[in-house]
Amino acid sequence: MTDAVVRIENVSFKYDGQSDFALNNVSLHINDGEWLAIVGHNGSGKSTMAKLLNGLQTPSEGSIQICGIELTEETVWDTRKQIGMVFQNPDNQFVGSTVQDDVAFGLENNGVPREEMVQRVKTSLEKVKMDKFLDQEPHHLSGGQKQRVAIAGVLALRPKIILLDEATSMLDPRGREEVLQTIRELKESNQMTVVSITHDLEEAAKADRIIVMNKGQLYREGTPEEIFQMDEELVELGLDIPFPVKMSKLLKSKGIPINKHYLTEEELVAQLWTSHSNK
Amino acid sequence: MDISLQQVEYRYQVNSPFEHLALEDVSIDIPSGTYLAIIGHTGSGKSTILQHLNAILKPTKGKVIIGDQEVTNAKKQKNLKSIRKKVGIVFQFPEHQLFEETVEKDICFGPMNFGVSESEAKRRAREAILQVGLSEEILAKSPFDLSGGQMRRVAIAGVLAMEPDVIVLDEPTAGLDPRGRKEIMDMFYRLHKDRNLSTILVTHSMEDAALYADQIVVMHQGKVFKKGSPREIFQSPVGLMELGLDVPEVVRFQNKLEDTFHVKFSKTCVTLEELTEEIHRLFKKVGELT
Repeated sequence: MTDAVVRIENVSFKYDGQSDFALNNVSLHINDGEWLAIVGHNGSGKSTMAKLLNGLQTPSEGSIQICGIELTEETVWDTRKQIGMVFQNPDNQFVGSTVQDDVAFGLENNGVPREEMVQRVKTSLEKVKMDKFLDQEPHHLSGGQKQRVAIAGVLALRPKIILLDEATSMLDPRGREEVLQTIRELKESNQMTVVSITHDLEEAAKADRIIVMNKGQLYREGTPEEIFQMDEELVELGLDIPFPVKMSKLLKSKGIPINKHYLTEEELVAQLWTSHSNK
Repeated sequence: MDISLQQVEYRYQVNSPFEHLALEDVSIDIPSGTYLAIIGHTGSGKSTILQHLNAILKPTKGKVIIGDQEVTNAKKQKNLKSIRKKVGIVFQFPEHQLFEETVEKDICFGPMNFGVSESEAKRRAREAILQVGLSEEILAKSPFDLSGGQMRRVAIAGVLAMEPDVIVLDEPTAGLDPRGRKEIMDMFYRLHKDRNLSTILVTHSMEDAALYADQIVVMHQGKVFKKGSPREIFQSPVGLMELGLDVPEVVRFQNKLEDTFHVKFSKTCVTLEELTEEIHRLFKKVGELT
């Protein structure tokens, strides 16, 4: 277990004035270089987990280690360098008066030399395809564009871990795919670890591992294959079933020969083709 | 109430270095009782259209007819208030606009602003809170003690309490989990039918557009790219995909099947059930099924 970049041990957390635990005795290791998707209904504790990982809130009980550093009030600034967060609403994380200033903000704060800074701002914005907007003011951008700039701001800091808190939920399909593709490439080339809190099950299906949260507890953990076998149980948890699985089920119930529930459309098409041409 | 956009053009910040053409020659008819979905890429002009629907923006060219009122660039407008009373907009993340001490006061704020008496506003608040699937006890609570999903419903109740004829929804399910999303969309559909509303849904979700709308308008770079029923719109998915738009999963899957099997199904399916029927028929043909 030496290559866990994040270790969450028996963490519980309660918001002021609330009687229920937002997180209840959660233990979780996040492995170096993995893409971990965290899914769960609204209020299941996903976002609380994100806040704890970034030191915006402190656990009531238990401990969190990030890249070997115990997360405390003293170390929070060091751990934040390791974990870059992108939130759902980009308006809440804009500080610069232009797109490039905004991306440069974090770099300035970290004392990156100017020449390198200019370079990193440029590359990050290219990666999110916003390099044509360098001098635009953020409030002239649409929601999706703003979010891409926010992601560039994080990319520029080259953290070890990138934490997406429903960061693509406001983007249109192409924007979403571009961003996820960017993060995928970044994960490969920089050996980054990706933690994605999401409602998008198609996205989760492509993760290495999925955690299902329910009522503040870690409900289930497994590969996408394992998790989507939960089937109707997911619906009861307020979640959904990916389209290819739904389609597989429905076809099967009509007597069309399908031997399992497929996670991708390609596999399902291939299966249908095989059973069709075997006739 | 009928709404009609006629050759609408809109430029942001005219005569400034930032002048930007957001809408060009946009004509859309929305007869009373229509459920219209507006889809398009980020920056395609969807939100600019939305702001024309209750005269937050006035067209720089062309006209917008809302009921018996005409909104143009030239006219000094009186009576915009009566338009805003009839056209309720549920903005993105409407819960950010909650501000009152109690849910009841928050819901009553809109109607009372339009001159409704306090007792009538309270009556409407009770009705609206039930319509959005919450219980009456919540009226006495602070909106800030509620969960995110509840806050969204309260904000929607605030719009319903104005008893609009037209309801405009800007990505109403953003950030909700799948169950919450379905509940909210089903609720709007029910209201649409029960109250005989016109509903205009601005969305990225092709699934929702296909499922709920009678008519779809596809926007691209400030212009109307395509108009039609869901089946008409998704009949030629390639054009949409070239614009960077998605098509519903069912349509995409049907396309993949047709390519692999070198067949053309009898129609563009917009629901899982329809597609299952088509596949069933395909298998029946080769004698696999009876």
